[in-house]
Amino acid sequence: MVASLSSKRPVAPNPSGKKIIAQIKQANIWEIVAVPDIVTSDGLLWPISQDPEFRLTRICKEDEGVSICGAMSYNNTRALLLMQQTGLMDSLNSIRAIGIDYALPIIMMVGLQGKEPNVRLADSLVYGVRIIRPILDAMELAYSLIEDPGDEFYIKDVIDKAYHLSNPHVFLIPSSPEKL
Amino acid sequence: MTMRRDDALEILIPHIRNDDIVVTVYQSCFDWLALCPRPLNYVSVGAMGQASSHGLGLALANPDRRIIIIDGDGSLLMNLGSLVTIANAKPTNLYHFLAANRIYEVNGAHPIPGADIVVFEDIARAAGYAGAKHFDNLDSLKKNLPEALSALGPQMLVLEIVPGNVYPPDYEFIHSAEVRESFRLALNQS
Repeated sequence: MVASLSSKRPVAPNPSGKKIIAQIKQANIWEIVAVPDIVTSDGLLWPISQDPEFRLTRICKEDEGVSICGAMSYNNTRALLLMQQTGLMDSLNSIRAIGIDYALPIIMMVGLQGKEPNVRLADSLVYGVRIIRPILDAMELAYSLIEDPGDEFYIKDVIDKAYHLSNPHVFLIPSSPEKL
Repeated sequence: MTMRRDDALEILIPHIRNDDIVVTVYQSCFDWLALCPRPLNYVSVGAMGQASSHGLGLALANPDRRIIIIDGDGSLLMNLGSLVTIANAKPTNLYHFLAANRIYEVNGAHPIPGADIVVFEDIARAAGYAGAKHFDNLDSLKKNLPEALSALGPQMLVLEIVPGNVYPPDYEFIHSAEVRESFRLALNQS
């Protein structure tokens, strides 16, 4: 179910947080639901928290966010859940029920805390990172990597498609987005 | 003192407006569906404990409607952090009823942790809810409900209940695509 978003070699170390946020806005998402994650903190969550165009709902636990985003979707209010892969793991039953069984468009951006640079996910020495893709595959959850500069530009289209089909989608972010 | 759940719900029914969204779970859901079937009942919460979070999402996305949550105590204990999340988000249109029977009624009637000691209205108040009340008799509920529902949310209304008449569960219905679609249509047409 993986969609590789770019075959280009990186021209800068990491994707641009600014461009990711621009894509989120272009996808008509103004509701952000988040538990802080160190990978996406500086490049995404802090800028989003200071951007008056967004409404940020800070949650205590990630499965709350799955429910909030799912409930919002009934009147076509788009939302994004930001979290770390540990939170994704903690939310699997809610994602199973609300995202898969109910076929609601839960859009998630997940920082992969501990992912080593220049190492494929499957080869990561970090167990909690290495198992993420097999788990998403087992759950039949669609996902994409935002790994290299250039990957940002497909985010809007992926979100639009997820809402059009009413399917959940996970964006995996292996390394901290640049602030610019 | 305690109230029969269906008696307590019967008192709530006249206060429900046509455009209110009512989020219900477990046996309270089946009671409510039998007593007050309506298009804007939201019954598909998916995972135990998530009613309050669904309610918050609905409240934020539908600020012109009241969101009435009829939660369970065992359910809420699985998602206590949601009280803080809700209080922090300050949805003035959210009314959080808690059917406190002190047991996992549909899972063998085992007691919830802290069944004899936990004070849910205190937890809600400490989390930052705008108000929290406890009702253990029908007269008090009937008398005070209008005021509680006219106050700005989020409000916690703890109902100390025992089972009443038996309304059969229909899990297939509450998890069906049809019920979600009918809710979606009602929400976007009204």
